[in-house]
Amino acid sequence: MVEMPEINQDKCNQCGLCVTVCTCGAIVIEEEKVTIIETEDCHWCTNCEAVCPTGALTCSFEIIVEE
Amino acid sequence: MTIDVTFLKSIPYFSVMSPVELETIKPLFSEKSVQRGEVILREGEVSDTLFFVEAGAVKIFKTSAQGKEQILSIARPGEALNDIPVFDSGTNPVNAQALGPVILVSIKQDKLQNILRQYPNVALNTNKVLAQRMRQLVTLVEDLSFRHVLGRVTKILLTHAGDGVGNTDHLTQQEMAAMAGTAREVVARSLKSLEEQGLIRLERHRIVIADKKALEEIVEDSG
Repeated sequence: MVEMPEINQDKCNQCGLCVTVCTCGAIVIEEEKVTIIETEDCHWCTNCEAVCPTGALTCSFEIIVEE
Repeated sequence: MTIDVTFLKSIPYFSVMSPVELETIKPLFSEKSVQRGEVILREGEVSDTLFFVEAGAVKIFKTSAQGKEQILSIARPGEALNDIPVFDSGTNPVNAQALGPVILVSIKQDKLQNILRQYPNVALNTNKVLAQRMRQLVTLVEDLSFRHVLGRVTKILLTHAGDGVGNTDHLTQQEMAAMAGTAREVVARSLKSLEEQGLIRLERHRIVIADKKALEEIVEDSG
């Protein structure tokens, strides 16, 4: 399973801004619903989170210390 | 769901109680599950029940009239969410929201007061917990007032860093901004700056701290 940005459908207003900024085509609108497709091409640019006007899209980071 | 006495013992309030005493108070507690994103407490509401985190993490935050969020703390297992309104019988001064799946243990205000009357050592421990919370809030005011934003972001990275196994915090740049009292774009710029200096690596889904000592120096110098 590939970790992907998360979408909260309750907050999403289907504005489509995330679709326009996603550089790997991982975010699509299907049947009036924003859907995220698992892909290794997503390099976690976080542009989708940055443009989301409702805070529905989130790209979380695990913070770790290198051994 | 059965509440584990071992968990009650791990709550700082009740850590001084014996296993027999904990068995006695155990029936006074209830347990419930909360989904990721669910708002557990809202600012301004009355709280007649004290909640403790049994599993997961809960964001404690305030929201401005313009919708800006300031995270005050992340509550983890054993920590209470709303001791202030439960003890002063006022309204919730903050909001609480589950950062992931969360299990909560709760006790009614009157039942808690009975325990405090019956077990003075628990009351003393409660004072200690409230004093620690006051200390944490003073530190937050100090950080927001005197520490520059790069120092604040760096401190957040060090505070929430894990070893990559077990329970490690997951934070979005928006959440880091709400902790640091700044905008998301500023956090993004700060992270980029740290990456350009070779102190961290921004990887897919991970921030790797490559030079912990250098980050500690940035925090030290920023205060």
